[in-house]
Order: sequence, then structure tokens, then C-alpha cells
Amino acid sequence: MCLAVPMKVIRINKNIAEVDLAGVRRNVDISLVGKIKPGDYVIVHVGFAIQKLKKTDAETTLKLFAEMKNAT
Amino acid sequence: MKNDRILLAHGVGGRQTRQLIENILLKYFRDPLLKKLPDSASLNLSRDSKDICFTTDSYIVKPIFFPGGDIGKLSICGTINDLAVSGARPLFISCSFIIEEGFGMAEFERIVKSMADTAERNSVRIVTGDTKVVDSRSGDGIFITTSGIGLKRQSVHMDFSRIRPGDAIIISGVPGMHELAIINARENLNFRSNLKSDCASVYGLVSKILDASKRVRFMRDPTRGGVAAVLNEIVSNLKYGIKIYEEKIPVTDMVSSFCEILGFDILNLASEGRVVVVADRYDCEKVLEVMRQHPSGKKSSVIGYVTDEFSGKVVMRTRFGGERFVEMPAGRQLPRIC
Amino acid sequence: MPHNRGHKNNNLADILIWEIHRLSKTIKKQIRLMEVCGTHTMAISRSGLRKILPDNICLISGPGCPVCVSPNSYLDRAIAISNLEKTRIFTFGDMFRVPSSFSSLEKQRSIGAKIDTVYSPLDAFEFARTHPDETIVFLGVGFETTAPSVASVIKYAAVENVRNFLVLSGHRLIPPAMQTLVLDRNHSIDGFICPGHVSVVIGAEPYKIFPEKYGIPCVITGFEVCDILEAIVHLLEMVSGRKKPAVYIQYSRCVSRNGNPSARKIMFDVFEPVDAEWRGLDMIAQSGLRIKNKYSDFDAENIPVSVIKPVEKKGCLCGMVLKGMALPFDCKFFGRTCTPEHPVGPCMVSSEGTCAAYYAYEKR
Repeated sequence: MCLAVPMKVIRINKNIAEVDLAGVRRNVDISLVGKIKPGDYVIVHVGFAIQKLKKTDAETTLKLFAEMKNAT
Repeated sequence: MKNDRILLAHGVGGRQTRQLIENILLKYFRDPLLKKLPDSASLNLSRDSKDICFTTDSYIVKPIFFPGGDIGKLSICGTINDLAVSGARPLFISCSFIIEEGFGMAEFERIVKSMADTAERNSVRIVTGDTKVVDSRSGDGIFITTSGIGLKRQSVHMDFSRIRPGDAIIISGVPGMHELAIINARENLNFRSNLKSDCASVYGLVSKILDASKRVRFMRDPTRGGVAAVLNEIVSNLKYGIKIYEEKIPVTDMVSSFCEILGFDILNLASEGRVVVVADRYDCEKVLEVMRQHPSGKKSSVIGYVTDEFSGKVVMRTRFGGERFVEMPAGRQLPRIC
Repeated sequence: MPHNRGHKNNNLADILIWEIHRLSKTIKKQIRLMEVCGTHTMAISRSGLRKILPDNICLISGPGCPVCVSPNSYLDRAIAISNLEKTRIFTFGDMFRVPSSFSSLEKQRSIGAKIDTVYSPLDAFEFARTHPDETIVFLGVGFETTAPSVASVIKYAAVENVRNFLVLSGHRLIPPAMQTLVLDRNHSIDGFICPGHVSVVIGAEPYKIFPEKYGIPCVITGFEVCDILEAIVHLLEMVSGRKKPAVYIQYSRCVSRNGNPSARKIMFDVFEPVDAEWRGLDMIAQSGLRIKNKYSDFDAENIPVSVIKPVEKKGCLCGMVLKGMALPFDCKFFGRTCTPEHPVGPCMVSSEGTCAAYYAYEKR
């Protein structure tokens, strides 16, 4: 169960962050995760960020994805 | 049956809609022209006017104005498209409004202007109409019904019965953008994006296709129920099956993100400006080329073919070499948690 | 998805599939791996994965959908509440078509009940705040992934004193259900594909009992096809005895060993574990979440309504399907009287339910 997707933090206002996935944006509640800043990635489920992703991990991911796209 | 009621699910073009039509409408409306449930009926008014196509459709949409269009544009494009995919040139349209008491005059004017603009751009004439106003709360803003008459092209013979194994299935672009834009524009989901409805006339594109090939077997615009509904409808009339390839379905990052977040299947989502074409495989390249040259068909793709392997079923080969059935969608697409 | 580390990559998939075939040959028996996550069920079906696995690997679906496991009594109460004046129900879309004893939310809506779907409990809360003259009841269902979010909203309601916002808690906890499954002597589970997003919250600790006490290996798994394939490789290595059974985190890009402690803290500030009924599995000790007394003002269990005695249809095999002891095809209702439009059992209801997934995607 539990659809959740990683989304990028765009801006933060108190416990609400605007997050983005390929141009789809939403305000989500970030009170369940520790300190985050714009540029971080969070996993979003039912309007809440439930975990922060390591930035290095997310960036390697993006790079790999780009390589993969070029390969196909 | 006695205690059954009409549910919203009966109106979304999936299996329930089909059951409503078969169990009630076709039980009493028995005209042979209606039996195949075509997008438009080919009329035989007199010996020399048998090439007239006639269609009708009602439009309800929330919100009334959405990114990429509005209910007015939708109501004209929808009827143009039903005629176009039947191989007809759309000529005359009637429009009838059911308006809820209290509806804004300025909004109404905006809708009517949008209809006029759309009609003019597509060289169709709005020639008759009707207006009714209902009590507040017995409507939902505004409903529009349009009917259309078109003239069938010479030597166009499109019908389920002409489909053969080996025929190619082509789609004219990324499916589902209309339904996603509508869902996106609904306030209670609170998503933001610049995703636009694909709402547009397909007549221009369809004419190019029919100019290019005499061996187009069948066309339909994948509205309610999406591509999955169209393909299932095709095979339900045949002893053949359809096989499609996941990696051939055109998508954009934004569309697949949306589907991922909300748990939707892109094949089940409605488009209002796409067309699914079944064409003889020998004409497939030719058809694909003219489609890609047309501004509204740049992302056209051959997504699969008709096969005698599995009768009455649509099978998709996934990116990983697995296979699964693509079923007729059941019920509305609702945002899910799991 | 850009952030999923190429886990949709086909070449990687080919390598993993090859490795699975190689490992499976070294194990001379049927290997039954259970996922306990509806999103895994769906990913497996949508990708047609079963067709490319070796014959002796059987993927079975456990009680992985929180909607599937909600008993009739929960929905009967929700429907009774929806009949009250000036009351509006908000629910996740999954719940909309779930059959209750005599109806469903979808059917009730068609006869005038005010029932709406939302993406987030925050949206239901916002509606309550802006509509003080209506009572808003949010149907809180879901496992550990969802419960902290719902708990947060209840806390907001308490802080802002929004008294017209209530939650009917049907939340369930995953580890007690897994335990019930392995305690059934007839179970035949060789390994667990553990739910990635539940584990984001609970971490790896709660699964330790399975390898340590029952010798069943666990892999916390992501949702891309390559994630699942990689998890199967790890499970096979443990099933074959090449590695010791343990809890392995394949989905390490999202899951840490300790999970998310602040999410758990909020969850257990608002909720407390309680014995709960699971559709098809009966009562399971300490497997549900009820709202603590200090938040009882927001507990829809306290709304006085008379609820009919729940009725369960006889002969539905959902219970066995959930335990991994039967396949949907084994059920006499499957595909005949039980279809996605007219679901009999819970597994047909959610499109992620085992039966719905089989109905939609599996070639027989």
C-alpha cells in the first residue's frame, strides 16, 4: 500500500513547503520531517512529507536517469 | 436491479456506461443504425444523400473554465471530433443550453464567444439552438448539448468489420491530458501545474490521414474511459485481440508524474483532442508520417497491432517484457493512497 | 521518475532477471515470497512480472491494502454517520467503492449523502475550518505510512480548537498482521517483500522477529520493477542458505534502519494500539489504532448512531487469499459475481487489491 513519491522542495513557509515533481506542484506539510531547505527532496504521501532524502543520493539519481534517457 | 440507481460511475465511459447503454437504451431503442454505437450515424435520407453523418453529445465539466479550454470550446470540438472520426466533414452544429438560475452573465458570454470562435476556426456553422434555465441547485452551472451534421468523404469506408490481424494501432499524441488538466484544476486536490487540456478539433489531422490512405479501417477519439476504453470497444466487436507496447505510448514527464502521484493509469484517462487510428499495416508508415507532420500529431506513435492471438482482449507488453491485460476501466478515476 | 536511481532501467532488469533464474535453479523447491503492500501488488501486476519469473518462484499477496482489510462494521458506521444532518464525510478515493453490509459510500452518495474524496486529510481539515456549520468526518484509514499524517491533522484540530472536525479511525498496523500470518501453521511463506513506505516510518526493527524467531528473511523493498527484482535476488540468497536470514533494506534511498521517529512520536501521541478486526483475518491483537482519550473530542467513534449488525458474504475466499493460502482463481465468486463493479470481497475493491489486480492484469 501507500503511494508516495519523491518531490523537490521549492520554498518553505513555516511547516508548509511547496514541492515539485516534473512541473506538478503542491503545498505539503513538513512537520513530520526534520530540518529541510529548498533543493532538498522529500517523500510525499497524502499531502505530508514523510521522509527527507539524502541530497547526494537524489542528485546521483538524476544523473543516472539522464544517462539512462540518453542510452535509450 | 429494482433498487439500483444511476451512479456517477455510469457516466464515465467505462464498463458501467456500456452496461447502461446495453441494458436499458438498446433494449428500447432498436434502430439498426444505433446498434453498432457509432460516434455518428450515417443517414440515408434519400437515394442521393446517403453520405450524411449525424451526431449528438452533452457536455458537463467542472470547472467550466479549465487550462486549455472551457465547456464551450469542448462542446464544439467534441461534436466536430465525433463527425471527423466517422470520416465526415463537419458542417452544421446545433447547441442547447441548460443554465442554472444565478449563473454569471459574463461567464455565459465568454462561453458563447468561445463556441463561436471554435466553430469559425473549424469552418462549421452554428445554425440552431435552445436555452432553458432551471432553478438554482437543480443544475450545476451550465450544461451544453450540441448536435452536428457532416458530409461523409467519398470512398471512406471505416467500420469495425474491416479490421484485420496485422492492422496497426496509432495514437496521435500523449493521452489523458484533458482529464488530468480537469482533475488538476479542481480545487479540492490542490495541485498546481501548467498542464493544459488537449481539447482541440481533430478534423484537420483526420483529413490528412484520410488523404494519405484509403486503408484506414477505423478511428475514434479516446474521450471518456481513455485509450483503454477505445481498444476494448474495438476488440469487443471482433474475434481478434489487440497487442500494444508500453514503451510506444507517448508520455511527458509531467503526465507520468501526475499519474504516479495520484495512482492513475494513463490508458484510462480521457483526451479531447487525440485520435486512435486503426490502419492497414502497409499504409502504417505513410499514415504515421502525415500525422507527425501535422501540428496536433507531432507525438504520434504506432502503439501496437491487431492480432488473432487472443480474441476479445487487449494485451500490453510492458517495458520489462512482461504481459498484462488492459481492461475496460471501471468507475471513476479517484485519487488513491495506495 | 528522476529520483529513482535508474530503477526503471531495462538493462538492470535483464541482469537481475538472469540472476533470479540462476539462483532459483539452486533451490529445488517452490519458493513462496509474500508482499504485504498493495502498491507492490499493483507494480507486480502492471509490469507483468510474474510471467518472467522462474516457475518455482511464486509471488503471493498478503494483507497489503488498508482498504481491503477494513471490515464491514467500519463502513457501516461511516454510512450511518453520513446519514446525519449537516454532516459531510471525506475519504480517500480507495474507500469510495468498498462494499459495506448493504451499501457503499458510492451508493450512499447517489441517494444524497454528502461524501467527497480528498487527496489529503489536510484538505478535509481546511474544509472543516471554513464550514463551521457542518460536521466533517474524515475516514482515517491506512497503515503506518498514513497514520502519522492523520494524527498531525487531529493535533492541528485540537490546537486550533476546530470542533467540527472528527476522524473515524480505521488505521491498522502491519507487523502484527504479518505475525498472525506466520503463526498460522498452514502458511507457506519463504520470504517477505516488506512494504517500502510503511518502513519509511517504522524502520527495520519491527521485522527482526521474522528472521530471528521464524527463520523467514525480509527485504524492505521499493516500488520500481528493478527494486522488486533486486529484493527477490536478496531473498533467494537467504532462502537458499547462502546468506543468513535477516532484514535487508533494499529501498535504502528512502528507508533508514530507525525509520522516522518524529512521525512515530506524533502517531503514538494521538493514537494507541487496540485489538482490531481485519476483513478476512478476524481479530488481531494490538493491530489497530484508536484515538486516545485526550483527543476524544475529535473521535467519530463517539458520534451516537445506531449501526446495523454487520453481514459478511459467505464463501468469499478473501481471507485465504490474504493469507496467501489461495489464489483469486480458486474463489467461486472471482470474475463471476465478484467483479470490479460489483465487488463481493475486499480484495476486489481497491484496484490494488489482490483480486482486482488479478482481474485487471493477469493473463490466466
